[in-house]
This record gives sequence, C-alpha cells and structure tokens, in this order.
Amino acid sequence: MYVAVKGGEAAILSSYELLAEQRRGDTGMPELSVSQIRGQLKLAVDRVMTEGSVYDPELAALAIKQAAGDLVEAIFLLRAYRATLPRLGTSVALDTGRMQLDRRISATFKDLPGGQVLGATYDYTQRLLDFTLLANEESSKDGARSEANASVAPTITPRVVDLLNHESLIETHEVPAGDPAPVDLTRTPLRFPADRATRLQNLARGDEGFLLAMAYSTQRGYSHSHPFVGEIRVGSVELELAPEELPFTISVGDMELTECEMVNQFAGSKTEPPQFTRGYGLAFGHSERKAMAMSLVDRALRAEELGEAIEAPAQMQEFVLSHSDSLEASGFVQHLKLPHYVDFQAELELVRKMRTSQKAGAGKQATGEQP
Amino acid sequence: MTTTTAISYNFAYLDERTKRMIRRAILKAVAIPGYQVPFGSREMPLPYGWGTGGIQVTAAVIGPKDVLKVIDQGSDDTVNAVNIRRFFQRTTGVETTTRTTEATLIQMRHRIPEAPLAEGQVLVYQVPVPEPMQRLEPRETTTRVLHALAEYGLMHVKLYEDIARYGHIATTYDYPVLVNGRYVMSPSPIPKFDNPKLDMNPALQLFGAGREKRIYALPPYTPVESLSFDDHPFEVQRWDEPCALCGATDSFLDEIITDDRGSRMHVCSDSDYCQSRQQAPAGQAAASEEQAIA
Repeated sequence: MYVAVKGGEAAILSSYELLAEQRRGDTGMPELSVSQIRGQLKLAVDRVMTEGSVYDPELAALAIKQAAGDLVEAIFLLRAYRATLPRLGTSVALDTGRMQLDRRISATFKDLPGGQVLGATYDYTQRLLDFTLLANEESSKDGARSEANASVAPTITPRVVDLLNHESLIETHEVPAGDPAPVDLTRTPLRFPADRATRLQNLARGDEGFLLAMAYSTQRGYSHSHPFVGEIRVGSVELELAPEELPFTISVGDMELTECEMVNQFAGSKTEPPQFTRGYGLAFGHSERKAMAMSLVDRALRAEELGEAIEAPAQMQEFVLSHSDSLEASGFVQHLKLPHYVDFQAELELVRKMRTSQKAGAGKQATGEQP
Repeated sequence: MTTTTAISYNFAYLDERTKRMIRRAILKAVAIPGYQVPFGSREMPLPYGWGTGGIQVTAAVIGPKDVLKVIDQGSDDTVNAVNIRRFFQRTTGVETTTRTTEATLIQMRHRIPEAPLAEGQVLVYQVPVPEPMQRLEPRETTTRVLHALAEYGLMHVKLYEDIARYGHIATTYDYPVLVNGRYVMSPSPIPKFDNPKLDMNPALQLFGAGREKRIYALPPYTPVESLSFDDHPFEVQRWDEPCALCGATDSFLDEIITDDRGSRMHVCSDSDYCQSRQQAPAGQAAASEEQAIA
C-alpha cells in the first residue's frame, strides 16, 4: 500500500533517486547534453516552446532533458518556470509579411509573388528508416547541402490573403478602435464567451494532439468547412519593443515562427456577400502540424460570429477551450492516481446499502408482499 | 528534513503581485460566501488536479509565524500531503505540525479534521470541480446565470431522481450545500459525513480550485445547509463498529483490507485524531468512548 501510514516522505525521496537514475540510463554511454538536444531535436524543442509559451530554445531543451523526453512533462516544467516571471514590456505586433522565409507554400495558387519555397520538410520524404543513421553516421545525402542552404533574400513577401483582398474576395479584420490590449490568459482566467484574441491565445498554448484531432473532426463532417491552405510560412521575424520614453522601436532579436492562414469558403449571409473567410494559426519554431490544426479550429470556433449553426464539438467554445490545455488535462486525469479512499469508502457503503435494499425488495416480491 | 528556505524563489514561491491578486479574490469570496470568484490561477510546480488551488490560496495567506498542517484523505502521511508540506517547508521554512489544534493554517484534501476547529484557524480546501452543477450542466455560461438567479431546480431534480430510483439520495461525497441561504456550493469531495462541520464553523474556510481558476469562501460562523427534502432529511454515514485502533465511534472510518482472504478492519481516516486518542491516558479515552456510546 503506497499510502503507508508512515514513510511517505522517505518513499518520495527514494523515488527522486530512481527517477534520476532512469533518466540518466546506462552510465556507460555518454550523457546527452542540453546543447545536443537543442541542436538535434529541434522540432521537439519547438513544440515545448510553443505550448510552454516561452521562446527560449535552451530552457526548452533543458526541460526535455529533465523530463527524459516526455514533451508534455517538459511543457509543464517550462510553464511552471514561466509562471512567476515578471512582465517587462509588450512587444510591437509582429509583422510576418517581413519574415525572412525558410519555407513558404500555398495550396491555392500555383505561382505567386515571392514564389513557393519548399524548405526543410518531411512532406516529400519517403518514410523509409534510414539505417545509416542507425550506424551512427550522417545520412549519405549530405553532399548537396550548400546549394540547398542558399537562403532566400530578406524581402517583403506579401501574404496570400492580402492578394485575395485586392478583389475583396476575403474578409478583412480592421484593427478595432483604440487597438485595445488583448486579454492575457496567463493572468486573467478564461471566461465565456471568449473573444477571438483570447481563443487564439488558448489555442496557441493548446495541446497539439488535441487540436489535431479537433481539426480532423471538422474535415469528417463534424462541422462543415471547406478549407484551403492559403499559405504556410516558416522563418524568422524581428521582435521589437517600443519603450514609452523613446520615440523609436528597439529590436530585441529574431524569433522563428510558423504561420498558417487557412482560407474557407463562406456562402454569405444577409449582411455579408459570399466570400472567403480565414482561420489563423501561429506557433514558435517550425511547428506546421500545430499551426494548421490551430487555424482549422480557429475557423470552426467562429461559427457563432458568422451565423453558422453550432452542432459539432469543434465549434463549441467551452468544449474546445476548456479541454485544450495539456497541463490541465494531464494533471486532472493523472490525479486519479492520488488516494481516493475516503470517497471510495463512501461509495462502498452506498453500494452495500443499495444491494441490501435490492435483496430485501426481491425477497418481498417473491413472497408476494407489497413493498 | 531541512527547514531552510530555498533562496531562488520568493517566500511561499509566488511573487508578491500574484499573492496580492489572489488575496483580492479571497477578500471578494469572503464578502460573498459561497460565490465562485474567478482568479488568475498560475501554473504551479505541482500538477493541476493535485491541489494547485489550495496551494495558491495557502501561499497567498501564509506568513512566517504560521504553523502549517497538510492532510490528504484525513492523513498527514499520505504521499501528496507529504509532498505539499515539503513544498511549503522548502519555500517558507514555517513550522509544520500534524496536530489539528496546534495548526494555524490547515490545507486539506477530501476530509475535514475530526477535532473541532477554533477561531483564528484557517482551513484551505483543495477543490477539483468548484461548480456543483457541472455534471448536470457543463456550460459555464449557463451555470453562471443559474447562480445569479438562485435557480437551483436542476440540483433538486437530481436529488429527487435519486430518491425515486434508489429510495434515498445517492450522493455520498461532494454533497451540495446551500450557503447563507443564497449560493449552492460544492464542499469539495469531502464525505457527506463532514458536511455538518461546515456549518457555523468558527474557523475561516477557503476553497481553491487551480485548474478551474476559482476561489470561494465561508467566513467564520456562516450558516451552511446540506440540501435535502422535508420527507428525506440529510443523513450522514454511520458505522456498526468502532475504530479498531482507538475505539472512536464518532469518526469517519476507512476500511483496511488486512489479508488476501478479505479480512478487514475499520480505522479512523483522521490519523491525528486516532493517534491522539491512542496516546491519551487510558481512562480519558475510555471515558470519552462511553460518552460517545451513551
């Protein structure tokens, strides 16, 4: 019985030691360094930064190491670290139109200003295990690297949705009067109904697996959407601060982002002509699956605003936003490991009582008595 | 066990601005007994669902002179209670105790101590689901309106359906209560055996739900009534036998399975209560037992 009447503390301390041992693995093998994780497990680092809501590859790599590769646990570590950090300032809104592109694709136009840039992607790899990696050697196709690496010149590349906008074929979102600051979900609890900025924050922090499944459900008839990838772009964007006391902005560095604009058909309503509507996804690093899922769910959640019937789970704000956070979900599901013997005792008594009265009832019926 | 405070974090882990935010929520909660106040719950170094609401409330109200007791399922020694107590020992260095009467601050999960509480003590409840009607109506937008209108028909229908189906109310823990004649409140998953202790309690009772981001409170001497019907009054669990260790007949008993043939014994779930009774001079324990039996 792990809730021994005494000794819980000793058990916890021993558990720490076992955990450290398990994480380290075979001491005959060299220890994995944080810089190796950062350098060679980039996509894991990117996911931990995105859902951990901290853009810091080094700390994300540390969290992955400490969590022995459990990304949800690593996200938890990073979030708990983040929770008490002070807010030093608010950045100027990112301009992804000025992104230095590593990758940019559109599924709606064959060619477009700025061109398509395939970049690094698993999309067209044939998923064959590469046994040269198993032999602990670099893949044989290393030769052509320098040419492929030639970076795209940093220019302003217009977004596909802006191109559609020239014909007024796509909805636009004006900046609301006074440009009000969005709610900070890490400081203000989520309340319903939540506006779009708040929903997007929630989705950006949301679990990739959960969002992927919700997005998938919209493609299988649980809400009707006809989505097209207007554009996915991956690259670096400059982050700027505008201190109140200075008349200019200060660049504080570049951050790598993945942005997805999903374009959806919309039949129009009494006030709006038929046009395309948009779903938006944004994630740290190279996180395409996350950004795409987010944009589909964002669009589905706009059902009420666009006058669509709310019938599917992906369209229900409370359903999606209340269950998207991996910390909340993982914590509450796993709390069932905690002792529940007081509640169980109460249930045990109840079931016994109900069985007794059921038996008594059956006995009475057999002898023809009225209850 | 070291009692030195970890230097790298603020006293009680949370930064002072966060504590102030939580204290404001607590003050509002005290002013409106039973009303769920939303607050900016933080990610804590312990998982959601494991007491983060209680921990944040405790962190916001604890001071260097407090004496802290932490229990889970009535016991000071279950792993989660030990873990939370260690967390506060590491981050505050305050004195801790297992004695209910010596504690100024008691954080607990799923039980209220058996020993009566006094004025000046603060009880902090860990709450998994603050909304008593969540199982009946999952949409918060709707339950908020129901609370505003004091429209609790839904809850009464649920209890009535229990009676129609089973002949009695089949809720055994997290049994809903009406606070100060106004708000229906979840008492957290304490057994309904503990519900009478909520009523007119001289201690300040604070409830924290971290994952659901709500705080609510019962100020000292708040009337708290367990929901019932005139012809089906509220009843608590009773056992046919006394505690096998201390002989108490007035405490909540846990069933302990003692071998693989199904033998079992019943012992107090409140480990401090049980131990103090065992340590008390024999005559005194026997006397109180007789009293209880009488």
